[in-house]
Amino acid sequence: MKINEIMSILEAECLTGEHLLDDIKVEAAFGCDLMSDVLAFINGKTLLLTGLINPQVIRTAEMVDINVIVFVRGKKPDKEVIELAKKNNIILLSTNHILYTACGILYNNGLKGIPIRGGE
Amino acid sequence: MENEQIKNSIKLEYEVIKDDFSRAGEASSNIKKVLRQLGIDSKIIKKAAIVTYEAEMNIVIHSAGGKITVFISPDSIQIIAKDKGPGIKNIDRAMEEGYSTASNRVRELGFGAGMGLPNMKRYSDEFYIQSKEGESTILKMKIYIN
Repeated sequence: MKINEIMSILEAECLTGEHLLDDIKVEAAFGCDLMSDVLAFINGKTLLLTGLINPQVIRTAEMVDINVIVFVRGKKPDKEVIELAKKNNIILLSTNHILYTACGILYNNGLKGIPIRGGE
Repeated sequence: MENEQIKNSIKLEYEVIKDDFSRAGEASSNIKKVLRQLGIDSKIIKKAAIVTYEAEMNIVIHSAGGKITVFISPDSIQIIAKDKGPGIKNIDRAMEEGYSTASNRVRELGFGAGMGLPNMKRYSDEFYIQSKEGESTILKMKIYIN
């Protein structure tokens, strides 16, 4: 799914990475506030949805090559975190939906969860 | 690791400071960049990145500070994480997914889910841990390149 499409269906605001919006697509999504779970399960071109806005979210994304993060519940990180994302070419979006709703909207529009052991 | 192998390796070393959450992850980020510059396969880099990042976060969260040393040879990436204590009371329990002694503050940052050591073991081809309550913890992890 294209990032522009994700922005539009989640009515999301782009906090950084506007110049990358046309180039990046995601194939699956993972919604979670536990960064070790992200490190354990993520593979491939995955969208991360989270309510956390600290620098560790960006570092975690960097480690597993996540290019797009959606902050839910209208959360926006501080400048330092946005700068860290910029440095790593990570797109940051912010939506007012809660995590559950944002995931549901994306799922209904055809973006599936990541496949994990024994799961979908 | 054999001495001969260490001689032919690139060595990287980073100090990791207790409770320094603003810089936590910098060492792993630098290590990842070096591995990329060396042209190592992206799947191998990702395994090394996850292992070093979990080790770095563990030192920040649980220890009195420590050091991460990486030896990169043509065959493998060896990551050694050594801290200044206070050690792990029960290693078997610490290796269980979901077991954690982290504080609420750490959990609010998205860590402390009890996945750190299991993740490190999962992504390493060789995994060794040495620790005792009141002593330092040493983790040695190797990821094969070929």
